[in-house]
Amino acid sequence: MSSISKETEMADGTPAADVHELLRQTEQAELLRFSTAGSVDDGKSTLIGRLLQDCKCIYDDQLAAVHRDSRRLNREEVDLALLTDGLKAEREQGITIDVAYRYFSTPRRRFIVADTPGHEQYTRNMATGASTADLAVVLVDARYGVVVQSKRHAFIASLLGIPHLVVAVNKMDLVDYSQEAYENTCRDFRDFAAKLGIHDITFIPMSALRGDNVVERGTETMPWYDGVTFLHYLENVETSGDRNLVDLRFPVQYVNRPTSGFRGFCGTVASGVVRVGDTVVALPSGRSTRVKSIVTMDGELPYAFPPQAVTLCLEDELDISRGDMLAHAGNVPKVRSSIQAMLVWMGESPMRIGGQYLVKHCTRSVRGVVRSLSYTVSPRDLHRDQKESLELNEIGRVSIDLLTPIPCDSYARNRSTGAFVLIDPLTNGTVAAGTIIEREVKGDEPVAGAPVSAPVSKNITREGTLVSAELRQAALGHLPATIWFTGLSGSGKSTIAQELELQLLQRGVKAFVLDGDNIRHGLNRDLGFSPEQRSENIRRVAEVARLMNDAGLLVITAFISPYEADRNQASEIIGEESFFEVHVDTPLAVCEERDPKGLYAKARAGEIKSFTGISAPYEPPPCPALRLAAADVAVDELVAEVVALLAQRDFISRTS
Amino acid sequence: MERYRISTLDRLEAEAIHIMREVVAEFENPVMLYSVGKDSSVMVRLAQKAFHPGRIPFPLLHVDTGMKFPEMIEFRDRFCQEIKADLLVHRNEEAIAAGTNPFRDGTVKCCAALKTKALLRALSDGGYDAAFGGARRDEEKSRAKERVFSFRDRHGQWDPKSQRPELWQLYNARISPGESIRVFPLSNWTELDIWHYIHRESIPIVPLYFAVERAVAVQGEQLLPLYGQQLPAEAEIQKVWCRFRTLGCYPCTGAVPSRARSVVEIIEEMMIATKSERTTRVIDHDQDGSMELKKREGYF
Repeated sequence: MSSISKETEMADGTPAADVHELLRQTEQAELLRFSTAGSVDDGKSTLIGRLLQDCKCIYDDQLAAVHRDSRRLNREEVDLALLTDGLKAEREQGITIDVAYRYFSTPRRRFIVADTPGHEQYTRNMATGASTADLAVVLVDARYGVVVQSKRHAFIASLLGIPHLVVAVNKMDLVDYSQEAYENTCRDFRDFAAKLGIHDITFIPMSALRGDNVVERGTETMPWYDGVTFLHYLENVETSGDRNLVDLRFPVQYVNRPTSGFRGFCGTVASGVVRVGDTVVALPSGRSTRVKSIVTMDGELPYAFPPQAVTLCLEDELDISRGDMLAHAGNVPKVRSSIQAMLVWMGESPMRIGGQYLVKHCTRSVRGVVRSLSYTVSPRDLHRDQKESLELNEIGRVSIDLLTPIPCDSYARNRSTGAFVLIDPLTNGTVAAGTIIEREVKGDEPVAGAPVSAPVSKNITREGTLVSAELRQAALGHLPATIWFTGLSGSGKSTIAQELELQLLQRGVKAFVLDGDNIRHGLNRDLGFSPEQRSENIRRVAEVARLMNDAGLLVITAFISPYEADRNQASEIIGEESFFEVHVDTPLAVCEERDPKGLYAKARAGEIKSFTGISAPYEPPPCPALRLAAADVAVDELVAEVVALLAQRDFISRTS
Repeated sequence: MERYRISTLDRLEAEAIHIMREVVAEFENPVMLYSVGKDSSVMVRLAQKAFHPGRIPFPLLHVDTGMKFPEMIEFRDRFCQEIKADLLVHRNEEAIAAGTNPFRDGTVKCCAALKTKALLRALSDGGYDAAFGGARRDEEKSRAKERVFSFRDRHGQWDPKSQRPELWQLYNARISPGESIRVFPLSNWTELDIWHYIHRESIPIVPLYFAVERAVAVQGEQLLPLYGQQLPAEAEIQKVWCRFRTLGCYPCTGAVPSRARSVVEIIEEMMIATKSERTTRVIDHDQDGSMELKKREGYF
């Protein structure tokens, strides 16, 4: 490209720049990848064309071709969009269909632009362009302000975790460069963006057509604007803090064994820094060793960081292959057999609940089954909907069971190990893009009734473990789970739970009952029975059950847990895949007649306030894993039903 | 943070190495298209880096039209021997024997027979399921839309409207028997990046890229090399200081006036260049969207 010489030429008036200076600049220039989205109407292609032209990154013959094509296609003015719309269909129809990549540079930075279409039917292309971007440019037409399309772009940028957002308020020339129009647009956009959690937003008023505030300041047309130009922002925005240099994740891509004496693990450092001598853990095996050397053709390195592609040699001969991941001991990712994720559906045919897909994550592809769709989100207004399935370009939250567990992080923490795509094994097409959500801390939605849904301190991180879930399972002989009994007081929860515990122990299953009353004597002695305190009671119990599950135990809980929202929260905390909700469905009349602790009598007498079934509501679970009609059935039979369920789902062995 | 800074060139290098390792890990039988040009030279160096200290674990395939510059053939054989690469050469002998040439048949038909057909034949004969190419997205508009892993059907054809979405660095390598993937590890490189890298890594290139005083046929702005081929009647033979900015078949590759005799001088020259590199290639602008049409049919 000729950009640099021209820049220098303009700056100091000398015709030829020093080539050695150019080489030095190129050696130091950082790369910034940004995405734009928009259609021909809001001037996106004109903006990119303007940038390329003003940075002198368009060659004469390319410009001549644009002039020629503009005439041939009967465009009134020279259409800079023709520089970027490369496919024949796009040029003829005047639309952008696919993601196109553009390249330009200034003395400070190199830029890769992912130029994407903006209409709803191209949501998948927007997501594609956004996936690797450091920065997103959202175009807003000053005449119309913030419209559905601008919201969609901002939402997708936030969904794909782009750290910086520029709102280009374009076509200012068509609103007479009105400051008021500009500020109204900024305010509307901020209101919407507040819901998205994008922190770094910059607004720039401009006219791409006239070139105001793109590369050159529009001081005559917009004297009231004292911010930077678009190009100045692109050249200076600080992105070095965007990489995760804390959590070492090294997905093993290829094992290189050219001779019997050399065994190297090739891969790209996804995050963190690896040094010679570091103790690393291989996942999922959980075995650890030390880094002997970091090999490249240009010599060994003392350390490597993202996104360097290197070869690691290890001190011990561990069985490590493609798809495994190396991490620092003490900071390992969770190995999960089920994930919660946001999906952008990209396939022509809709998502199949219960359908099997290939999950490509880092350097590994595993089979996965989409178990449920919690909700869809409309990118236009963030409205949530309950739907049967995801269709092309729809976005929703799903739960996926993995047939082989994978080491992964949340996308919010790690853009490499938190991302995956779904491949349809029948068509081989890429049908969805997914971002993993940390299920413990649901940052994206308020948790109903939870007084504290995230740690109070921001300085708390999670510690890892050397023991994988598989290893623990192999040691214990069964899978951990939580059997969550819910039902009225006196319905028989505790009786069934205790009998179940006994029978499971006799089968060699490490089972343990968490009883409501017992917990309220200790851990939860500070809690009463208001809805808020009931919620907190359940949250703490769920956290304890989760810890016990992590320790490999099968937990049985016996709590009234009257609220649907609280039980859902418990399921979230414990993990849907190991949470079995069992409704002990005994009619109120029967419970009241039994009244083992004399509580109903006291409630009727008004001595106990907020008593479930009498003076407080009970919300029966709409679809429990099991419903026990417990009014006049022997305890043994009820217990047998639960045992059968566990055996059927392979949590315990089928024979005792 | 300074310690963890990475330059554009190093990022591009890392990305290309990642792509190559991904291909070797996921495919049974990959091959690298080796055109002997500067981009191929860079691609081969990256392959050496990706699999160091081992050898490049796939063969290099050159599709020879019989109209390549003799200097290219000589360089090819010497270079491949030096780096101990497996070189395969494929020619459409039938079309060459039939005297196919761009003057008699036109560039479209000539390319179809000697390049596209020969390439598809070589790929199917070899049973290759993945083929690396050195194409860059900045070269031409239809290439700007191409994926890094670009799917080809059983007939080696490209359908630009139904490309697989490609997100993050997660490349979909799944294919059915007979289908294949073309892989472009240099997708995000620009012409200047290529030269800069050749300079930084001291990568050997065909001497035709450097300027000497050559006898050429001058026709308007075009400088056509003399290799005994048919020349336009109005062309005039002159000695001109010139070099080749891209290398293809001699009948379709023009030289540009130049005095650049080293890589640094070439970079210096590029800084004041006002024309894109493909203007010296006759085949790109014979019809609107001509590269897209060729690519749909299987051209690289």
